[in-house]
Amino acid sequence: MKFTKNAMVTLCATTSILANGFNTFAFAANETELNIVAWPGYVERGESDKGYDWVTGFEKETGCKVNVKTAATSDEMVTLMNQGGFDLVTASGDASLRLIAGKKVQAIDVSKIPNWANVDKRLQDAPWHTVDGVHYGTPYQWGPNVLAYNTKVFKEAPKSWSVVFEEQNLPDGKSNKGRVQAYYGAIAIADAALYLMHKKPELGIKNPYELNKDQYAAALALATGQRALVGRYWGDAAVQVEDFKTEGVVASSSWPYQVNLLQADKAVMEKTPIASTIPEEGATGWADTTMMHAEAAHPNCAYAWLNHSLDAKVQGDVAAWFGSVPAVNAACKGNALLTDTGCDTNGMANFDKIWFWRTPTGKCEAEGTCVSYSQWAKDYLAVQGK
Amino acid sequence: MRGLSDLFYKRPGALTAMLLGPPLAWIGIVYIGSLLALLLQSFYHLDDFSGIIIHEFTLSTYGQLFESSNLQTIGRTVAMAAIVTITSAIIAFPIAYYAARFARGKTKALFYLAVMMPLWSSYLVKVYAWKLILAKEGIITWAAGGLGLGGVLDALLTLPVIGGSSLSFSYIGTFLVFLYIWLPYMILPLQAALERVPKNYIEASADLGATPRQTFRTVILPLALPGVIAGSIFTFSLTLGDYIIPQIVGNSRPFIGQAVYTLQGTAGDIPLAAAFTVVPMLIMGVYLALAKRAGAFDAL
Repeated sequence: MKFTKNAMVTLCATTSILANGFNTFAFAANETELNIVAWPGYVERGESDKGYDWVTGFEKETGCKVNVKTAATSDEMVTLMNQGGFDLVTASGDASLRLIAGKKVQAIDVSKIPNWANVDKRLQDAPWHTVDGVHYGTPYQWGPNVLAYNTKVFKEAPKSWSVVFEEQNLPDGKSNKGRVQAYYGAIAIADAALYLMHKKPELGIKNPYELNKDQYAAALALATGQRALVGRYWGDAAVQVEDFKTEGVVASSSWPYQVNLLQADKAVMEKTPIASTIPEEGATGWADTTMMHAEAAHPNCAYAWLNHSLDAKVQGDVAAWFGSVPAVNAACKGNALLTDTGCDTNGMANFDKIWFWRTPTGKCEAEGTCVSYSQWAKDYLAVQGK
Repeated sequence: MRGLSDLFYKRPGALTAMLLGPPLAWIGIVYIGSLLALLLQSFYHLDDFSGIIIHEFTLSTYGQLFESSNLQTIGRTVAMAAIVTITSAIIAFPIAYYAARFARGKTKALFYLAVMMPLWSSYLVKVYAWKLILAKEGIITWAAGGLGLGGVLDALLTLPVIGGSSLSFSYIGTFLVFLYIWLPYMILPLQAALERVPKNYIEASADLGATPRQTFRTVILPLALPGVIAGSIFTFSLTLGDYIIPQIVGNSRPFIGQAVYTLQGTAGDIPLAAAFTVVPMLIMGVYLALAKRAGAFDAL
C-alpha cells in the first residue's frame, strides 16, 4: 500500500555500524541463502549509505546470503508471495491477514526467537499477525497516518479530521475544496469510519475495519462526498511531497516520512510550512510484520533473520532510515542514527490513539458479518471515478 | 554430425521443426497459455463475503463490467486513448513529412536523434518531470502569468470535466503527458510510410493540375494512411493499458489499468481484474480488424 517509501531519508550517518552485539544464534548451518520481499529501505546493506547496514553483519554471523526483492505496494507483495520462491516478507496490515487466510505464510514458533521478549508488549499479540493465538510473524516497524497541514493556513493544529471530510471554510477564509487530499487505497475508507465513530456515535462503529452494511454505507457516503473536495488522491509518498510544495494542498492524511522530508527542507518551510497532528478522533496507522512463506526453502536462515530483525540496534537503525517507530522499545535509547528523540518525532507517543491497518474480512468480531475488502476496493474505485 | 546433416538433407522438415520449435513452444505455452489462463479466470467469480475465488463457470463477473462505475472507467479510458491517438497523428504528420521529404544528411540524423532521445530516458523520470512542469506553481502557470495569460489558463481549468484545480490535477494534464510519452511511436511509422510515397506521383499530380491541397488529400494521405494506422495501433493500445501516468498526473479518476492493478492485489479480485483485461484485448481486436481492412498491413 505504501507506494514508494524509498530510501531517501536524509538523516546523516554519524557512526559506522557493523556486526557487534548480535545474539549468537544456533542453527543447522546447511542453508546459505535467504530471500526477502521488503519495502524499499527496509533491508539495507550499506549500499545507499554506508552508515545504514544491518545485513552485512548478519551474513557474516550466519552464513545466510540475503537477497532482497523490493516491492512498492502491498498489492505487489501479495502477488510476489503468491508466486513463491521467497522466505520472508515485510507485510503491512492490509496484506498480512490476506496472506494468512490464503495460507501463504506459516505459523512462527516464538520460542525459537530469543529477541521476541524485547518486542513491545502491545504489539506481541496484535490481531494483524496473530490469529486464534497463533503468531504468523514478528512485528518490524510501525507508524501513524497523521494529519499533515500547512501552518500558514492553520495557525493552530486542526482538532478534527473534518477539515478533509466536510466542505468548510478553513481558517484563512477560503474553502477547502481542491486543497485537501486522501489516500488512494481503499483502506482509506477506514479513515472515514474512524471519523464517523466520533461524529455519529449512533452508528455504533466499534472498529473502523469491522463495519456492518449500514456502518459501511455511511462511511462510503462520507468518502463519496469527500471526492468533491479532493483534487487528486495520493498514493506515492514522493508525489505527495510535491503536492504540498507546488499544488496548494494544505491538509491531508500523510505519513511522518513525508512530514520529515518537508520539514528537513528550509526553503519549503518558509514558503509552505508543514506540520502534523493526530486529531481528537485518533488516527489510522500501519504496522508491518515480517512473515515467513508457507513453503520457505530456508527456514533456519529465516528464523535467524527474524531474531536479528528484532535486535535493538537493527530496529533503531531501520526506524532512523525509514522514519518509522521501532517494534522494540529498547531501540529508542542510545541509537546514534535515530537519536533519543527519534521515536517521539516519528510518532511513538501516539500508540494508543491509533487503529492499525488490517484487512477487512467478511467474518468479524464486532458485528458478526462485515463488508469485506474486495467490496471496499471496488467501491473506492467507483468513488474516485465520480 | 554426419548423421545429423544427412537427416537434415533427407528431411528438410526436421531442420525447420528444430529451428522453429523452441520459439513456437514459447509463444504457445508462455504467451497463448497465459492469455488462456487469464480468460479462464474471468469466468470465475469472487465470493464477496469470504473473499475467496469460486472456481465455477459464471458470466456474473462480466456482468459486473456493466455496472455504471465500471462502464465509466472503460469509457474514460477509450475516450482518452482515442483523443491521444488523433492528436498525436495530427502533430506527428508535419514532423514526419518534413523528415521524410526535406531533411537530408545531418538534419535527418538530428531528426532521428530528437525523436528517439525521449525514448532513452526512463519513463518514470519523464512522468515525474511533467508533474512538476504542470504543477500549480510550475513553469506553465508561471509563464502564463508572466505573459498575462493567467486568466486564460484559469478559464481552461474551470471547464467542466476536463478542468481541475491545476493542470497536473486535471484530464488536460493526463492528456498532455500521454501525448508526449507516446508521440514518437506515431512519428516513426508515419515517417516510414511517407518515405515510401513515390515522388513522381506527387509531381504527376501537380502536372495534371491538382492544387497542393488536392494532392495531399487524394495522393499523399491515402498512401500514408497505413503508417497512420500502424502508429495509431501503438498510441491507442499503449494509452489503453497504461496505469502509471493517470496515477501521477490527473484527477484520480481510474483508468482500466489502474482498476486491474487495484483489483488483482490486496483486493484479490482476480476474476474481475481478468475481465477488465479482456476489454482492451477486445477493443484492440476490433481495431486491428478494421485496420486490416484499411490496408495497414499490406506493406508488411
